[in-house]
Amino acid sequence: MNLAAQDIRQNIGRFVLTALGIGLLLMLVLGMGGIYHGLSFEATQLVDQIGADFWAVQKDTRGPFAEISRLPANLKFRLLAVPGVQSAHSFVSHTVQREVQGKPLRMFVQGLDWPDDRGGWLRLVAGRPLAQGHYEMIADKIIGLDLGDKILLGKDIYTVVGLTGGMVSSSGDGMAFFSARDAMDVQFDVSGETARLERAARRARTASQDVGRLQPELLERVGGPSSTLPALAAPLVSAILVNVAPGADLNTVVATVSAWPDVTVHTHESQRQLLLHGNVDRARRQLGLFRVILVVVSTIIMALIIYTLTLDKTHDIAMLKLMGARHRVIAGLILQQALLLGALGYGIACYIGQWLFPLFPRRVMIATTDLWVLAGIVLAISVLASLLGIAQAMRVEPNKVLS
Amino acid sequence: MNHSTGDIRAVEVCNLTKIYGSGNTEVVAMKDVSFDVAKGEVMALLGPSGAGKSTLLTAIGLINPPTSGRIFIGGQPVMDSDRALVNLAAFRRKHLGFVFQKANLIAFLSAVQNVQIALEINDVAPRAARKRAMELLDYLGVADRAKNLPDALSGGQQQRVAVARALANQPSLILADEPTAALDSGRGRQVMELFRKVARERGSAVIVVTHDHRSLDVFDRTYEMEDGRLGAASIGHSA
Repeated sequence: MNLAAQDIRQNIGRFVLTALGIGLLLMLVLGMGGIYHGLSFEATQLVDQIGADFWAVQKDTRGPFAEISRLPANLKFRLLAVPGVQSAHSFVSHTVQREVQGKPLRMFVQGLDWPDDRGGWLRLVAGRPLAQGHYEMIADKIIGLDLGDKILLGKDIYTVVGLTGGMVSSSGDGMAFFSARDAMDVQFDVSGETARLERAARRARTASQDVGRLQPELLERVGGPSSTLPALAAPLVSAILVNVAPGADLNTVVATVSAWPDVTVHTHESQRQLLLHGNVDRARRQLGLFRVILVVVSTIIMALIIYTLTLDKTHDIAMLKLMGARHRVIAGLILQQALLLGALGYGIACYIGQWLFPLFPRRVMIATTDLWVLAGIVLAISVLASLLGIAQAMRVEPNKVLS
Repeated sequence: MNHSTGDIRAVEVCNLTKIYGSGNTEVVAMKDVSFDVAKGEVMALLGPSGAGKSTLLTAIGLINPPTSGRIFIGGQPVMDSDRALVNLAAFRRKHLGFVFQKANLIAFLSAVQNVQIALEINDVAPRAARKRAMELLDYLGVADRAKNLPDALSGGQQQRVAVARALANQPSLILADEPTAALDSGRGRQVMELFRKVARERGSAVIVVTHDHRSLDVFDRTYEMEDGRLGAASIGHSA
């Protein structure tokens, strides 16, 4: 006869409620692991999906995901001239927050090098890649836009033509893909008044110098749009993404570009490591630590529950001892109950988590190894928790029956 | 020693003394108690509260070791003062049966399971244990309540199940501590007669601590205890 099963059968309501509580706690442990993996995945997914062999960024910076990186857009033509380089694309990246219909609209803007890059590599869940160089965008679903939606950014209206799923930045903002030109327009948009003030300041600066006083026509030119002034540089890009030709030696190409005094090169792997150990490292460590604390808390709670269940059975245990029951019979009763409680809690954690985690605002990734690890953790805490109960049961004297 | 029934002593105690505490708080619960009980004999221990009856019973039951004295069960020395000479749990399992004022049935087991577990603890296979448990419940007239939990049984039925459990492993000695205290007089007498029946038919010795003077005719022998000392034996009327 299995005493643990009999006890549970007669107290099934209490047992199920207890298992539900433990299950929810274990679900948190599982969820923390899932958030941890989700954070790593989200941090690197753009780098992984773009698939560039290396990133050329501003000298001595760690690239656009770690800090501000500014490069002249024409750098891509220098890179294309390097032997072994197959393609080079401008990359623009920045975060914007606007208010649309009274709600904050926050997005991580990515500029695609139209027409070479139309976003064909993106995994679209609806719509299509960019089909024109201006006024179209691909948005992630998390931003809350639908296909065909039109939003005003800067002075232009952009139409959502494609949707991605789960493309978010390491800070959780949904990504929006524009042509690089549009992305820069969004980034460097200034109000009309700001433009007028800037032109007036430019005129004043020029008028105060010899060149302005000697060439009055120049005063008129500096008062015009900045894009018409050859003396002003074109807007800068964040990085240039480079792919090497099949058969070309990546290390040789990287060594060549790395030797340039105005560029720093990060390979795909080093970019991934920068993201994992830079942007999200503290968050990952914090989640990892919190997960450990949750496991400890789960162990303590489970131990207390098993201990309380054992205390409730003190009289029965005393009777069993009086009848001459071996220690293993009594220890088995407690250990089996702890294992059953842990197993049921584990099942509940997996089942509820499966429904609940997709509703979380950030990605929660549960890998098969996570489930095995949790199973191991549950087994360990069930055994550890039962030790307290077993120790208590071993202290029960048979003559307790008389009290 | 006076052997009223049979030749083999089921239990023999020699100069049992039990002292609780020490110094100013010392209490002598039992002093130089000696007697024996033969197989098939039913013996009653009478006396007021605090006389030392339960102390004596739990000492013989190997759950409350004496301060001094010796205990033999089935001719085998089992306790020498507070030193166990056998594995107590194993010895209880094989040779002793207990019945208390409260039935002390395991709350989460049905009537038949309460008897069955006593057998399984003694290494009887589950199927055989179940069969024997049902036979015992039938013998004691509660087979129809076999699947009921203790909560669903009356006090008398619970006590019968407790007796069945005590008999399960055919112990050579059954110890009963005020087993009828929670029962009305009719049911109390039934339980006492049950002990006599068991002793006669199965050859177990039975020691019953009781306050109930109405059923004394059931016993082969009665002892009165007072202030931890055992008085002279009275021969009963049942033989």
